[in-house]
This record gives sequence, C-alpha cells and structure tokens, in this order.
Amino acid sequence: MNELLTIALSKGRIFKETLPLLKHAGIEPLDDPETSRKLILDTNRPEVKLVIIRATDVPTYVQYGAADVGVAGKDVLMEHGGEGLYEPLDLNIARCRMMVAGPASAPAVDGRLRIATKYVNCARRFFAEQGQQVEIIKLYGSMELAPLVGLADRIVDLVDTGNTLKANGLAPLEHMADISSRLIVNKASMKMKHRRVKNFIEAMAQAVQD
Amino acid sequence: MKSNRWLLPEGIEEVLPQQARWLEGMRRRLLDLFAAWGYELVMPPFIEYLESLLIGTGHDLDLQTFKLTDQLSGRMLGIRADMTPQVARIDAHHLKRDVPTRLCYLGTVLHTRPDGFAGSRCLLQVGAELYGDASCESDVEILRLLLETMEAAGIEEPCLDLGHVGIYRGLLQQAGLDAEQEAELFDVLQRKAKAELVEKLAAWSLDNKISSMLTALVDLHGGEEVLETARTSLQDAAAGVHSSLENISRIAKLIKQHVPQINLHFDLAELRGYNYHTGVVFAVYVSGRGQAIAQGGRYDGIGQAFGHARPATGFSTDLHTLAALTSQDLNRRQGIFAPADDDPDLLALIARLRDEGECVITQLPEQQGGAVEMGCDRQLVKTSGGWKVKQV
Repeated sequence: MNELLTIALSKGRIFKETLPLLKHAGIEPLDDPETSRKLILDTNRPEVKLVIIRATDVPTYVQYGAADVGVAGKDVLMEHGGEGLYEPLDLNIARCRMMVAGPASAPAVDGRLRIATKYVNCARRFFAEQGQQVEIIKLYGSMELAPLVGLADRIVDLVDTGNTLKANGLAPLEHMADISSRLIVNKASMKMKHRRVKNFIEAMAQAVQD
Repeated sequence: MKSNRWLLPEGIEEVLPQQARWLEGMRRRLLDLFAAWGYELVMPPFIEYLESLLIGTGHDLDLQTFKLTDQLSGRMLGIRADMTPQVARIDAHHLKRDVPTRLCYLGTVLHTRPDGFAGSRCLLQVGAELYGDASCESDVEILRLLLETMEAAGIEEPCLDLGHVGIYRGLLQQAGLDAEQEAELFDVLQRKAKAELVEKLAAWSLDNKISSMLTALVDLHGGEEVLETARTSLQDAAAGVHSSLENISRIAKLIKQHVPQINLHFDLAELRGYNYHTGVVFAVYVSGRGQAIAQGGRYDGIGQAFGHARPATGFSTDLHTLAALTSQDLNRRQGIFAPADDDPDLLALIARLRDEGECVITQLPEQQGGAVEMGCDRQLVKTSGGWKVKQV
C-alpha cells in the first residue's frame, strides 16, 4: 500500500509559520522553497514530501487526494466551502481577522452596497445573513483602492494590523470572522492511511500546544 | 462557433470503442454476479413526475435533479439523479411482497452539478438492495456482495469504511439541542473540527457527560480498537447508542468471518446520508483516489412514503468510476479478416466461425486497408485444402 504522506503548503507566511511546527513533529524540508524552484520538496523523512502551491489551491489538492494533508487559512476554507475535507486541528498560526472595511467617515448608502473582495462567497453569505442584498465585485488584490476610486462602497478583506487600511483612509467597520490556519486532511487518506495521518495530527497538536 | 460544434456539455461524456468494450464486459460481469446471488434486475424509468421522483428524499437530491415541463400534462418532470428511491418504490408499491426481496439495477443517472474528481454529471449507477429484513445478516450479505462487486470489477485492496448513524442520533437526542445548534454540530462533526466542537459545546453549556461523549466521538475513527474505545468513552450514553455499537460490532465480526483479509476502517462520526440512513453506513475507498468509490447503508422505513414501510439495506456505485480505476485491456481487438469473395464455402465458414463466437470482419470490395489495418490478428486464406484461418 502507498504509505507516502504528502503535505500541501503555500509559500510565504503560512510556510514560515508551519515550519517550526513541522520541525517539532520531526519533519524538516531539505530545500528552501523561497530559493528552490522545485515544487515538490523532499524532507529528512523519505516517506514525507511537501508540495508547494498557491494558498487558494491547497483545499482543492487535498480534497481530490493529490495531497493527503495540507495547511490552509480559515479564510480560504470558508471561501472554498471545505467540502470533502476534515479540519481536525487549528494550528493557531497566521492569525488575522476577516472584516468589512470602508471609508472612515462612511456615508450611509441608499440601495445596494457595492462590495469589492476576493472572498466572494464569504461576503455574499455574510450580508445575506444580515438580510442585506449587496452587489459583489470580484477583485484579485489591492482591495483598499476600490472605495477610493469609487469602484465600491465597502471592501471585505483580511485585516492584520490595520495599517494598510489606515494609510488609505479606511477603517474596519464589521468583524466577520477570526482567521487562523487549519490542518486539513483528505477523507480517503484519513481512512486508508489512518495510522500515519493520526500520528501526524497528534504530533502537530503536540507542537501547537508547546 | 462552428469549430466548437463537437463540444459536449460540461460533465457529459461519450464512450469510445475500447472503453465501451471494457465497460460492457464489466456491466455483464456485475449483472451475472447479482443474478447468481438472487438479485432480480429492475429497470425504473429514466424520467418521471418530479413529485414521485423526490418522495421521501432530501434537499440534496432535489438540487441534483434536472427538471423540465411535460408538454403533455403540464406537470414537472425530473430526470433521475439516483435510482435507489425508484427501486424502493418498486419494492414497496408494486411488488408488495412479505418475504425478503432482492433487487438490482443499472442505468444512467444525471446530476445537475458535477461531483467527484472526474467532474462527471452523467453516471452509470449500479447497485443492489435487500428489502424486508432488518437483521445484521442482511447488511452482511450486502457488504459481501459489495466486496465481490469490487473484485469482479478488478478493484484491488479495497478499504471498507464502516459507521453507524444510530450512535450520533442517540447522542443528539440525549443532548437536546435546538435545530440551529444541531445544524452547527453536524457541520463541525463532518469536518472533524475538534477545537471548534469543544468551543461550541462549552458555549451551549451542555451537561458534562454528553459534552465529553460528543467530544470523544470526533476521535472515534481508526482500526477495530475504536469499537472497544467507544464502549468505554460512550458508556453513559442512552440505550440506543449501545445497541448501535453492538450492531456495528456484530456486522464487523461477521464480515471478517466471511472475508478474513478485508481491510476494515471504522468511523463512528461518519454522517454521510444522515437524513436518509437509519443504521450501519459504509463506503469503499481505494488507494490513490481521494473519494469513496461505492457507498451504501441501511435505510429502514423508506417504503413508508409508498405505503409499505420495509427495512432496507443496499449499496450503489458508478460503473464509469470503476472502469477508470481498473487496468484496461488496451490490446486491439482480436478478429478474423475475410476477403471479399462470394465462394459459398467461405460464406459457410464465416457463419460457422461467428456461431462459435469469433469476430469475423468481411472485406468490402473497394475498401482501403487489409487485415492489420482493420485490427484483425488472423485472416481467411484460400489454400489447396479450402479456406483456412491463418495468423497475420
């Protein structure tokens, strides 16, 4: 039986903050993804591989079993829907908040609000729960610009320190969700490789506690 | 646009000769297997009135069903997205037997939304159902037939995942949550999000015992030791939980007796088809595929909607999925190429060979290509002793 364990990670903050946890669990990559061009990294354990992909692709890889486990932000999971995935562990890393933000002295808007965001599903769900019909404008980055140039009335985005908002004359208006990274597991891997996956989850849980 | 005319709708596939040969071989093997176990084939209609199609089924199936208006009656029609309720209706409404009834079915179902890895919306559903018996033994029979189905399809080393919705249902009754909390609990349990679960349970200020049992449930998955752990960690549970545990243990024991080499996995928090199932639930996984390839379970009482409540258990799978997983015979077909010739001896020989089950392709007078190009491994050649079959 194929007992290889494939872990999907995204570059940047999640990778940096996951490394110490992996190290605690006895897994260390042999290459640095920031300098290496490899997309599959070997580790000190021959049966464990890391795949480095875009953050928004991590749930898809794990859902279809292309990776057994992965680390994904709760924001990405909420947007993806998390269907067909287990989320057994909150890694408590890459913490931030998902918020509605707008001009600091936001005038009340008559009729439909226009919301610029890359979290289309999250935004639609959030405003629908509030009984508010809104117009969603999908953007891929620099959300803060949209209210400044009249593209949108509000934005939905992740807020860490709030400095970017402030620098652009925006203020957080409503708190939507607390975000942190989760360990996600493919359903079939949990069943087919349960000993290996369970051990890995336990080791990571231990690492988070310490 | 003209160059796109050959495009098929998303998730709709056509099956080319080689695949079709493989698929058809598998279809016949499976139906023969079911027949040998006494499962009678039924053929429910592809399309029917929406309201009867969706009786006693959940919201999910409604979303998955293609709908159109019947121009004859003005009523809504649905194209089946799952044959199981149709077959249950045949048992409850048409057959109305008092003895156990074994039925099997095979046919195309359509889904409005693609699911699974292949993103298919057009499945070739095949399954078997056993009605009128509530014992463990009928679940075990269905499980054995499921495993034989996997073997006949050429699936190697399947992993059988067993769960029991009675355990969760019993704990839920004990917890006495409102509908909204129930939905939240269902959601976190499905994701096995333990930290979130602990948070929610604390926020709802549930009784300590029930909280710790619901928390324990998230971790109750793994090998056979899980059943033993469950007996301890769920010992304060209502009687229904204990009888469910007994039920799944006995089924596991029996299936191990019949199929000693089986790779069993238990997941007592598995809630797939929770609204529909009433007892043991199961699914088959294979290495290298991230999703279940077959599933089923006990669903007593479905016949109630059709006026004849009967215990029921069964499984279903998709023939396209099985075909994609098994190594296909990629050799070109075997056959005998016969020259264009009106010689009565030749015609008689061709007829005889065909009767014996050989594939004989006759040359057309002006055609291009010979035996090899036509994919034949032998040909008919005229010798001094008459027509003979010779290797190409």
